[in-house]
Amino acid sequence: MSTRTSILAWLLLTGLVGGFGAFRLTSPDQTLYLPDQTSHGHHQIEMACASCHTPFGGVKDDACTNCHGEQRTAADSHPASKFNDPRNAGNLEKIDARRCVTCHVEHWPEGTHREGHTMPVDFCVTCHADVGTERPSHAGMSFTTCSDAGCHNYHDNRALWEDYLKKHLGEPVVLASAKVLPRGVAMVAKGPKSLAASNQDAPRTVAFSAALVSEWEESAHARVGINCSGCHSGTQGEWVNKPMLTICAGCHTEQNKGFGLGKHGMRVAAGLGPMSPGLARLPMRAEAKELEVGCESCHGGHSVNARKAAVDSCLGCHDDEHSRSYQRSPHFKLWEAEINRTASPGTGVSCATCHMPREKSSSSAAVVVQHNQNDNLRPSEKMVRNVCTSCHGVGFSLDAVADPELVRHNFAGRPKKHVASVDMVEKRAAQGKR
Amino acid sequence: MGHSKAGAMVCGAVALAGVTAFGCGGQGGGGAAAGIQPQQMADALYAVIAADRATYAGQVVDRLVKENAIKATERFKEEKTLPLPAQMLRMGAEHAQKTNSSFSYALLSQWPINQQNKAKTEAEKAGLKFVAENPGKNYYTEEKIADKTYFTAVYPDKAVAAACANCHNEHADSPRKDFKEGEIMGGLVIRIPVNK
Repeated sequence: MSTRTSILAWLLLTGLVGGFGAFRLTSPDQTLYLPDQTSHGHHQIEMACASCHTPFGGVKDDACTNCHGEQRTAADSHPASKFNDPRNAGNLEKIDARRCVTCHVEHWPEGTHREGHTMPVDFCVTCHADVGTERPSHAGMSFTTCSDAGCHNYHDNRALWEDYLKKHLGEPVVLASAKVLPRGVAMVAKGPKSLAASNQDAPRTVAFSAALVSEWEESAHARVGINCSGCHSGTQGEWVNKPMLTICAGCHTEQNKGFGLGKHGMRVAAGLGPMSPGLARLPMRAEAKELEVGCESCHGGHSVNARKAAVDSCLGCHDDEHSRSYQRSPHFKLWEAEINRTASPGTGVSCATCHMPREKSSSSAAVVVQHNQNDNLRPSEKMVRNVCTSCHGVGFSLDAVADPELVRHNFAGRPKKHVASVDMVEKRAAQGKR
Repeated sequence: MGHSKAGAMVCGAVALAGVTAFGCGGQGGGGAAAGIQPQQMADALYAVIAADRATYAGQVVDRLVKENAIKATERFKEEKTLPLPAQMLRMGAEHAQKTNSSFSYALLSQWPINQQNKAKTEAEKAGLKFVAENPGKNYYTEEKIADKTYFTAVYPDKAVAAACANCHNEHADSPRKDFKEGEIMGGLVIRIPVNK
């Protein structure tokens, strides 16, 4: 082959490969540019490269904090700002704690630990090597155990500080006051604004069943005066059969915010299509794989049933051992009792009680359901503070979430693990050091 | 002297807003043509930090605690109480780091409750020892950290109220249990990078 032919062939090949690459760059399917499998936290949005990356491949400074900033600032004992002080330069040479990507390398499945970080498990030793001197109770402990359930958490140690544990020493397995927060919005009673089936304002051209109208008539929406057009109107007032998520978000702002931060809504928040059980890495029921996750998929379109959303909707999709065990658990018995009105409100434990808990951001704030189902997971002991201890003693709660078998069986039984941190506090208190 | 101090204060405030010390006010800072000196800036920053803390301790914490309106505790977020004055200072230091990295300050001690707040650098060790042994005097030096040169000032930090000493004496993690009101408990370290 002559030199000229070779050059032409090379140019042609380069052009073809480059052209194909450029074409794929504009395609919604970015698999070609995916360097390796993404972590469990990000796999849903791996096709939205621009969520994290600049056009030339770097990671944007605010890529992590755009989604994780708020939860990190709430109780972070290692904020980046702490490490900007020059006196920490020595530590930064070992671990640059100012940058999220130092510990959270993405697209590295073989190096990613269960909790989503990619540092060696004993990374705490870098700065806390002399903890045994400061805390004799910690002398001789392996640095691979720092983040075991019930012990430390780099970003959020809410459940573990000494005075808190001391305050809750000796608590029983089930507290006498066992009850979760009441619903933020009590069942709305019918009032002057309430609408009946005869008031519905859907256009005559729209076909619908009487059952749908009946469901709506019994809903909180009808009781507070939200008519069909309140949800089914488009931007120009035209009828929309399937209202967009933004319609719900127009009134349910906080719920929508949480939804977009969790596993159910992060795809929508990233500008991708809705999440579907078929895209999940967790085991899902085969018949639900095509379902699209949105407000309606869990709450229903017209009945807007929070109770359905609290259990039935979850079990309609989730098919892992923890979910399948729920209906054999003591928590489910309590839930049934509450639903059947043989126990008082707030004493039942549904899926949502733990994974979408009722929360108050401050004493004066209204109770809001946290719609980010991941907010108190990763690590799961975060759940101890805002969920478990509503009903259980702190020591029992820490032991329970530390026992993976008990978690798999949805807490049917007693913990076989024991977290020593409460004992350490008890021992120090007994020594009268304080 | 008064003019000099006022100029330094203004300069310090400008530095807080994001201007580095050495670009600040050729005609300010006591009229020195070369601009404000690191020590003047450090002293000005200290004056602001100390004044804010004294005001917070006196007008917010002490006043409201005496009125039984609210408590001030270490776990203020959890317990819905006021932050302790030392915590307020530390939060301010971290907040300043988020918006301006041209200077830094930290409350350190030879007897810290949190061991991360003990002296790390030689300048910190020498400064904390000096202010503890020389009441009423500050310590000034230059030091090099990670190839950068800093003007480092250490100011004595006293137990301004009995509550400061009591809390440290009673805290399980405190390595020293005999502080008295008015005694030096540590030092405020201010660092300003200098071009060398």
